[in-house]
Amino acid sequence: MKIVIQTDGLTKQFGNFTAVDNISFKVQKGEIFGFLGANGAGKTTAMRMLCGLSLPTSGKGMVAGYDIEQEPEKVKRSIGYMSQKFSLYEDLKVWENIRLFAGIYGMKSKDIALKTDALLKQLGFESERDSYVKSLPLGWKQKLAFSVAIFHEPKIVFLDEPTGGVDPATRRQFWELIYEAADRGITVFVTTHYMDEAEYCDRVSIMVDGRIDALDTPKSLKNQFNANNMDEVFHQLARKAQRSDN
Amino acid sequence: MYAIQVEGLSKNYHSAKSGKYAGLGKPSASPDQVDGVTFDVHQGEIFGIIGPDGAGKTTLFRILTTLLVPDSGTAKVDGYDVVTELKDIRQRVGYMPGKFSLYQDMTVEENLNFFATVFNTTVEENYELVKDIYQQIEPFKTRRAGKLSGGMKQKLALSCALIHKPSVLFLDEPTTGVDPVSRKEFWGMLRKLKEQGITILVSTPYMDEAFLCDRIALIQDGIFLQIDSPQGIIDQFAQTLWAVRSNNMSKLLRDLRAHPAVDTCFAFGDVHHVTLSNDSYTIAELHDYLAQLGHSTIEVHVIKAGIEDCYMQLARRVDPHSNNH
Repeated sequence: MKIVIQTDGLTKQFGNFTAVDNISFKVQKGEIFGFLGANGAGKTTAMRMLCGLSLPTSGKGMVAGYDIEQEPEKVKRSIGYMSQKFSLYEDLKVWENIRLFAGIYGMKSKDIALKTDALLKQLGFESERDSYVKSLPLGWKQKLAFSVAIFHEPKIVFLDEPTGGVDPATRRQFWELIYEAADRGITVFVTTHYMDEAEYCDRVSIMVDGRIDALDTPKSLKNQFNANNMDEVFHQLARKAQRSDN
Repeated sequence: MYAIQVEGLSKNYHSAKSGKYAGLGKPSASPDQVDGVTFDVHQGEIFGIIGPDGAGKTTLFRILTTLLVPDSGTAKVDGYDVVTELKDIRQRVGYMPGKFSLYQDMTVEENLNFFATVFNTTVEENYELVKDIYQQIEPFKTRRAGKLSGGMKQKLALSCALIHKPSVLFLDEPTTGVDPVSRKEFWGMLRKLKEQGITILVSTPYMDEAFLCDRIALIQDGIFLQIDSPQGIIDQFAQTLWAVRSNNMSKLLRDLRAHPAVDTCFAFGDVHHVTLSNDSYTIAELHDYLAQLGHSTIEVHVIKAGIEDCYMQLARRVDPHSNNH
């Protein structure tokens, strides 16, 4: 199996606060990897390092074959990113958003045009090509944002709470898009506060106070913690946290 | 006695006839609209408005807190009309908007004092009410509000919304983006406020929070799909609901949907929830069908619906396109 993310003792300190504390893990190609933790556990800081946006204080990280400290620009080119808070430009049209992001990732104009047609058709969005993104319902926006994030066929896509505030049916459709991407070999690295979504991941890690305190398949975690569901697993681990966002 | 009475309340930011979503299965809904909503909230009740972003939750809250004038319909809060008696209402309600709206450049202490003063009271006078919550952030009382963590901001905002001892508290998505453990803790605080007799109207996109409310309204595109106690809503789920599991869950989803008798099929954590258009179908028959398609370790059993099952079923009845791709 090919490893696409590997960290070894990855650590980030801000002054004498250790936001990410010596985390080591591997993610395989095509895997759906759930990255869980309470608010303030260090998820965002860890994710920023993996995306090449923040340099580690110590430790090592390889993402898509590049060292996150030595070659952060190459890391950025090999990944896609989407979050609930920022995904698309509201004041640009649907096609303009696709054009913009694909251009930023260095795709050729001709390829973009061809692929845009195919994507809009696949999503059933053909009639929305010239709509401003702000006029789309939230669920449509999130599906489009995900498709834009993987438009340049990145090796890995990072999703930061992609389904927050989305209705239950759309939330599930969104996960079906995630499965399709994973089946095509795109590795999915996802954070969520919905514990049922943790069950859809191949493996799940749970961060507590900057450390990874548990990492396994949902099934093994439930066995290990003698829990009926991932919500119980999460509560057992997060309750032990010394520091908190509160 | 009702703390809130709403009848036929509507607000639409765009013309309903703009046809913006023509052909998209969203014929006339504009985002955030409220469309003919009617409901009552009893005094001392925790009433939840549950639905996704854009469903109209914030619009409803803004009308009830007199910050927005409805297009039509009437609403009374604590017996006062939201349009003609807005000043009376403003003195009686506490409002915690979804977006952090305190003064970022003032300290924790200054913010709380400020809100007390605006309402002609003092922190000391009503300290008992906010004590449990405020004590958790008191060690940071000289810190600027803008420098607080998310959880601390939330507690300060709640303290400020309570400091004038409101009779009705409006909390617009207080737990959005908050992890499950902190969410549970926040709901614990609400239960304590309820014990003090405060009526709470709270909105949330998290369906699992429904059971923490006395009664709930499920909202979609500005319409209330149903109003009842959480248990009442679940009891009204009309179809038999099956939980199905096998060794290959993504193939299972496709195979179940391809079955002619399957009405709906959705992933629910480690099982799929299935309803059938024909309730005379048996577990054994479904089992055989899946075994023939190569599934192993098949488990099929009948389960009770949850709030999400109910929401999806009700939403589909109103807008049959909403569950399609």
